[in-house]
Formats: sequence, structure tokens, C-alpha cells
Amino acid sequence: MSAGLLLEQAFNGLQLGMIVFLMAVGATLAFGVMNLINLAHGSMLMLGAYFIAAAAAWTSVFPLAFAAAVLMVAAVALAVELVIIKPLYRRGHLDQVLATFGVSIALNEGVIMIWGREAVYASPPSWLEGAVSIGPGFQYPLYRLAITAVASAAGLGLWLLLTRTRLGMRIRAGAEKGEMIGALGVNVGAMFSGVFVISAVLAALGGIMLGPLIAVQSGMGDPLLILALAVVVIGGVGSLKGALLASLAVGLLDTFGRMAWPALCGELIGNIVANASVYILMALVIAVRPAGLFGVAAR
Amino acid sequence: MPAPSLREPDDAPPEDGPGSRRRLLRAVLFALLLAALAVPLLGQPYYTKLVARMAIFAIAALSLDLLVGYGGLVSFGHAAFFGIGVYTAGLLPMLGIRQAVVIVPAAALAGALVGCVTGAVSLRASGLYFIFITLAFAEMIFYIAQGLRMFGGDDGFRLPAATLLGGELSLGHPVVLAYTMIGLLLVFIYAGRRIAASRFGQVVVAARDDEGKLRAIGLSPFPGRLLLYTIASAMCAVAGVGFANLVEYVSPASMSWIQSGEFLFMVILGSAATLVGPVLGAAAYVGLEQVLSSWTEHWMFWLGVILVLRVLLLRQGLYGLITGRRGAGGA
Amino acid sequence: MTSAAGVTPLLDLRRLTKRFGALVVTDDVSLTVLPGEMHALIGPNGAGKSCLIGQISGELVPDSGEVLFRGARVDDLSIQARARLGVARAYQVPRLFGSLSVEGNTAISEIVRSRSAFHLWAPAAGQRGLQMAAAAALAQVGLQGQGHRPSAELAHGEKRQLELAMGLAAAPSLLLLDEPLAGLGPGDSDAMVGLLRTFKGRYGILLVEHDVEAVFALADRVSVLVGGRLIASGAPEAIRGDPAVRAAYLGDDFG
Repeated sequence: MSAGLLLEQAFNGLQLGMIVFLMAVGATLAFGVMNLINLAHGSMLMLGAYFIAAAAAWTSVFPLAFAAAVLMVAAVALAVELVIIKPLYRRGHLDQVLATFGVSIALNEGVIMIWGREAVYASPPSWLEGAVSIGPGFQYPLYRLAITAVASAAGLGLWLLLTRTRLGMRIRAGAEKGEMIGALGVNVGAMFSGVFVISAVLAALGGIMLGPLIAVQSGMGDPLLILALAVVVIGGVGSLKGALLASLAVGLLDTFGRMAWPALCGELIGNIVANASVYILMALVIAVRPAGLFGVAAR
Repeated sequence: MPAPSLREPDDAPPEDGPGSRRRLLRAVLFALLLAALAVPLLGQPYYTKLVARMAIFAIAALSLDLLVGYGGLVSFGHAAFFGIGVYTAGLLPMLGIRQAVVIVPAAALAGALVGCVTGAVSLRASGLYFIFITLAFAEMIFYIAQGLRMFGGDDGFRLPAATLLGGELSLGHPVVLAYTMIGLLLVFIYAGRRIAASRFGQVVVAARDDEGKLRAIGLSPFPGRLLLYTIASAMCAVAGVGFANLVEYVSPASMSWIQSGEFLFMVILGSAATLVGPVLGAAAYVGLEQVLSSWTEHWMFWLGVILVLRVLLLRQGLYGLITGRRGAGGA
Repeated sequence: MTSAAGVTPLLDLRRLTKRFGALVVTDDVSLTVLPGEMHALIGPNGAGKSCLIGQISGELVPDSGEVLFRGARVDDLSIQARARLGVARAYQVPRLFGSLSVEGNTAISEIVRSRSAFHLWAPAAGQRGLQMAAAAALAQVGLQGQGHRPSAELAHGEKRQLELAMGLAAAPSLLLLDEPLAGLGPGDSDAMVGLLRTFKGRYGILLVEHDVEAVFALADRVSVLVGGRLIASGAPEAIRGDPAVRAAYLGDDFG
């Protein structure tokens, strides 16, 4: 096994981990601040991918297309939050799960209604094509590096927002005692809308970046959503640090596993274990620490 | 003075009188049962299969109601057991086994085993985590099924042979399937009601209401919940056997998270914690599916819309709307 | 270790200490409850009384110190294990099983006591054993005949009564009562004091209360908890006159 291959897989694992992190951080934020389970989160990723494909068809100026896609997702997310999510904050998890599930299947079908059943293909901007040398005689696609960089930057930006700004402080306080900060004059409703939209945009960012890499089709975000939920469980709900560590672990485990398990256990068992490895890890973590690695006891 | 009862507290609205709404419910159920028994005799395979489909999903929804309604355990991975039943019905014929008397218990056992193992892990977690974990485990089982490339992988495979009841009777025959599933449904409704009314059922509901209080009285909720989870899983797997015979196909789609969500939809559509409600909900769901898909190919969109509307606008499901009563403290 | 009278205490707390971060909520607390004794615990809000109860019932784990029940350490036992040994707890805000009827709530205690939680087939309604146990417990607290009512519909005072009935139905030896008089109007309050009086001698009781008059009327012993520390412990009259207690809690114009 060459160093080049190992390096390539490591970067792939890192990239997967960061995409999952974008999804996971939105999910853990929504739950930590608003006690909300959102199964439509995967649809936000999907919308990001569809919108960038559509926007790239209108304009060849990539930053413009990028901004347009982000704005469109933010608009959809805001509409969903105001109309559907707001009444659900007070309701139990069953209602939230069902309503967001309904939104998810409606959106999954909605994109088919607009764009058809065929997968849509988007291409990366020309200035990100090509490969970069990251080791002796070893090339890695520039676009994939860019994804990892952007996702990391987004994660860092969010961390800075939450820990270094007044808004971030209010958000974190809201996670502790929503009723109290309302009494302190913070517009809790607006803050919740803001957190929801931020988390949706983070997911959409993943979709925007993944679009050119994989086929853009209905339901593409759902497997990543479930992976992100497993990550949230492993890392602990409400913990950004936990989400990051768990995402990276999961990304690397999954990527290396797909290579290693079939080699170790043969084709059949190897594939099965590779598919199941993340969930086996989740089961092990829960068996030992029911609240996740860094989680506080769930509400 | 009549002895105080341990039945559900009496909370029917006064204006109808507690009797008449329940009579209405009984009339509706009786009419449905008659219709279900009569339709297969009409010689229309399409409608007979529709009845079978309703009965199959009713069993699945009923089993989920035990968990969600009575146990307060929102599982978003229940379709995994449905799929396990489907695959049992599909794989055993490859070993030369076709008899229902082997396949059905085998499916129930497989469902129970997987349920016991995944439940033991999932139930260690509370509330939110439980939902995530059940979803994740179901996804894992889905991926395992997808990974079985010699069994068609993601595409699945045709059912090699229909399950045989004995003699000439095969579940591949729509009329036999319909009556068998209706019969099983009635048995499971009866069993479910007895379980819900038993001491075990009372404890399960108490754990749902306040598990910390139950501990303070001296009982851990975990063993009872694990048993409930195992029973529900086994029941759902039996429904899966029926489904394999209905569609004559075995595929991972039967265990997808979408399918899990649809089962939850049926429970809430019919009213949770009522057992009979989810049966109504399953029938209504299948009916809705039929009607919507005849109008538009994008019926899933409207299904999603209806689900959202049901959650936001209605406070109760079909059972509640008919009787004016809530389930055992459930939604 | 036994008390001066040679009787093994029902409950023996030895040097319990608990911190939440920098905040010390229980500071080297030692106290005992003898069988049949009503031992009251008073103190200002935030003194750590509920936290102490939580460490006895098992919901909180002390950082150091020991909890002994009938002379044996229970520190490693779960909440449910301690409850089965005979510890019953009533909460500041009554905790009930809202979906069940009044009788249903007390029946749970009986089901747990009789280890019949896995009976899956026989309908619980109409079972003589459950009904009689429930009726007996309800009669003890003054809720006889109310069994059929939905527990969620009870008035606040009745909920407290039901919670006590649930505790009694488990046949405990130690009652941990967390402010049973809180939120009760004068009539209900008198009734509750009367009820508590009927418990005297039959159960060991650790009574946390703010209603100091009731405490002095009922208790065999009174301990005073301030800032997590026990500042005084003894017969009611002695506590009433203790200058440290008056300064810290009772105030000069009491008594």
C-alpha cells in the first residue's frame, strides 16, 4: 500500500468528515438551542446542490451563483421555520419528527416536480479544476481540497460566532434557558429563526460543494443526515467539539474502512462491515457513555 | 358503590354520553371488517391485494403503537424489522423451506433477536438519542441488506416462492393472503389489548409518564421496555412476511427510513396509544396512497403536505375524532 | 456504629459532601433518623435540603461521605434498589403517573412490591389484590373512594396525598418528605399535618419543611441546614432557642 494511496484516502476521509460536520453541527445546534429534531435537514443539503446547479446555469460567475444558491436556501429555510417549525417548538419530539419528515418527503418530491427524476450534473468552477501536488509524485484534486478548506472555514467561523460574539453568547444562553433570555429582552423568536436558517445554510453549503462531485438527485442528503445524526450521538448532543471529533473519526473510519475491511474479511463480510462500521461505533459509544462522548444528559 | 377500576380514566365528553361515541367506533370497525372480508370474494385481485396491503400495514402500525403510544418510545427505525420479515420470507425458500409454519415463526424470531440486541443499546439512551439511534440502526440494517450483492444488493430480488400455508393454500394467492393477514391482525389486536391492559402494560405506561418516578418506587424501566421492544419487533417482522408475498419481491426499500416514517404516520393518523386507531390509520394511509397516486405521479409531495397539516392542525387522529376520547394518555 | 440508645439508625448520613463546581451544596453533613422517629430538616432556601434528599434517594451522588440504611452502606445502589429496600420519597412538586387513575397510581407501587411487573396477560383492572392494596393506601391518606378519578385532575393537595399513598403502598420503612406542606391552603395544610401525625412512630421520617410551626409541632428532632452545613441539631425546644439558629434562619421575632 503506497504512501500516496494512504494520503489520498486520508484526505478523502477528512473531506467526508468535514461535510458530515457541517450537517452535524447544524443538527446539534438546532437541538441544543431549540430542542428541535429536524429530519428535513438532509433536504437542505439537497436544495443546496439543486440550487447551485440551477444558478450555475443562469450565470457563469461562480461567486454570484454561489451567493444565489445560499440565498435561495436561506429563503426556503426561513419560510419553513416561520410556517411549520415555529408551532412545533412547544410540541413533543414525535410531532417534530413527523412534521419535519413530512417536509422532507414533500421537498424530495418537489425537486422532482421541478427538475425531473434524472440526476442533474453540475461542474466545479474552472478555476478549481485540476489537481494539486501534495506529496512527491502524488496529485489530489484541487476541488476536493477546496471543499475541505471551505468546510473547515465555515466550522471555524461558526465557532468564533458562538464564542466571541454577543449574538453567539445569546444563542448559547438560549440553549441553557430559553425562557430567561426572553425575559432579558432578547427576541427569542427571531433568534430561533436565525439559528434554524444558519443550520440550514451550513447543510446547503455541503450540498453546494458536493453537487459537482456526486450526482444531484432527490433524497441525496438523507444518507448524510442519518450519518450526521449518528455523529451527533457519538459526539454528544449540543457539543461542537464532540461533533467535530466524531465527524473526523467517522469520516476517516468510513473511508479507510471501505478499503480495509474487504481486504481483511473478504468481499462480502468486508462490504457489510464497511457499511455498518459507523453504526457499530455508535453502538459501542452508547453502551459505554449513553450521553455521547462530550454530551450532557439529554433533555 | 362500584369498585374503583384500573381502566383508563373516564374522560369522555359529557354531551355525547360515553356510550354513543364508542358505539359509533364499533360500528365503523365492524363495517370495515365486513368490507375487508367481503372484498376478496368479489374476484378482483387488485382490490383483494389492497385489502391485504391494509391488513399488513395495520399489523406493522399496531406493533409500532405499542412502542410509541404506550411506551412513549418514538422509534424511527421500525421498518428494519418489517424488512427482516421480508428477507426471511425471501431467503428461506432458497434453503428449500416454504411452509408458513416455519417461515412465520422464523421471521418473528429473527425480528425479536435483532430487536433485543438493538433495543438493548437504543434503550440505554433517552428521548432524543433514542430516536436518532433507532434511525441509525435501521440505516445500518438497510446498508447490510444493500450490501448483500448476491441477493441483488440495492435492487433486491424476486420472491423465489410464495409462502405455503398448507395443502393448496399459498400466500401468493391474493385471497388467501388477505384472509390470512386479516386473521393475524385480529389475533394481534387481541394480544395487544391484553398486553396493554395487563400489569406489564400499566408499568410501561407509568414509565412513559415519568420514568424517574418509577425508579423512585423501585423499578427500573429498562427490562420492561426491552421486552416491549422485542415483542413489537417480532410482530412487525410477521407483517413483513405478508408484504413479501404481496409484492412478490424482496428489497432493501422495505426497511428504508422512509418506510419507518410511513409507519409512524399511520400511527399518528389513527391516534397513538389506542391500538385500533393505528389500524384505522394504516387503512386510511393505504387508501390515501391509492387515491393520490391515481391523481398525480407526484403523490408523495401531497402525502408530505397532508402529514404536516395533520401534525399542525389536528390534535387527534381518527380514533380520537370518532370517539372523542384520547388514547392511554397518548396523542 | 449505633446511636447512644443502642438502636441501629434507620438512616445514617456520615460526612456527606457534594459540590457543583465551586458551589458546595452539602458540606460535611452527618445526621441520623431512628426507626419511627420524625426528624425534621429546616433551613433557608438554597441551603441544600433537596440536594441532601437526592443523595439519600440515589438521584445524586455525593463527592464524599457515606449513606447507610439499616446499618449497611447503600452508596453503590441504584435509585430503584434503595427504593426496594424501603426508602420512599415524596417530591417538592408531586410526581404522579398522569395517564393513570388514582387507583392506577397506587397499584404501580403494589405491582413493584409484589414483583409482578412482567405479568403480560391478565387484565390489571378488577384484580382483587391490586384493588385492595390500592384501597388500603388511599384510605390511609384520606383519598378513599377516589380511585376511579384521573390522577391528572386532582387538586394540588390531593396530588400530595396521592403521592404519599404511592409511597406507603410500597411498604417502606423510611419516608423522605420534601416540603409536603408547600402550596397548601390553611385547610389542606391542617389536614396534611394531621396526616403526618398519623405516620409518627410507624415510619422513620426525614421531613424537609419551611413551615416552622408545623415542624416544631410534629418533629421529634430538628436539624438546621444553612449553606449546606448543619449548624444545629436537637430537640425542637432546644433549636427554637438556639441563638445561632435564630440569627441564621428563624429571625429574632420568632418564638
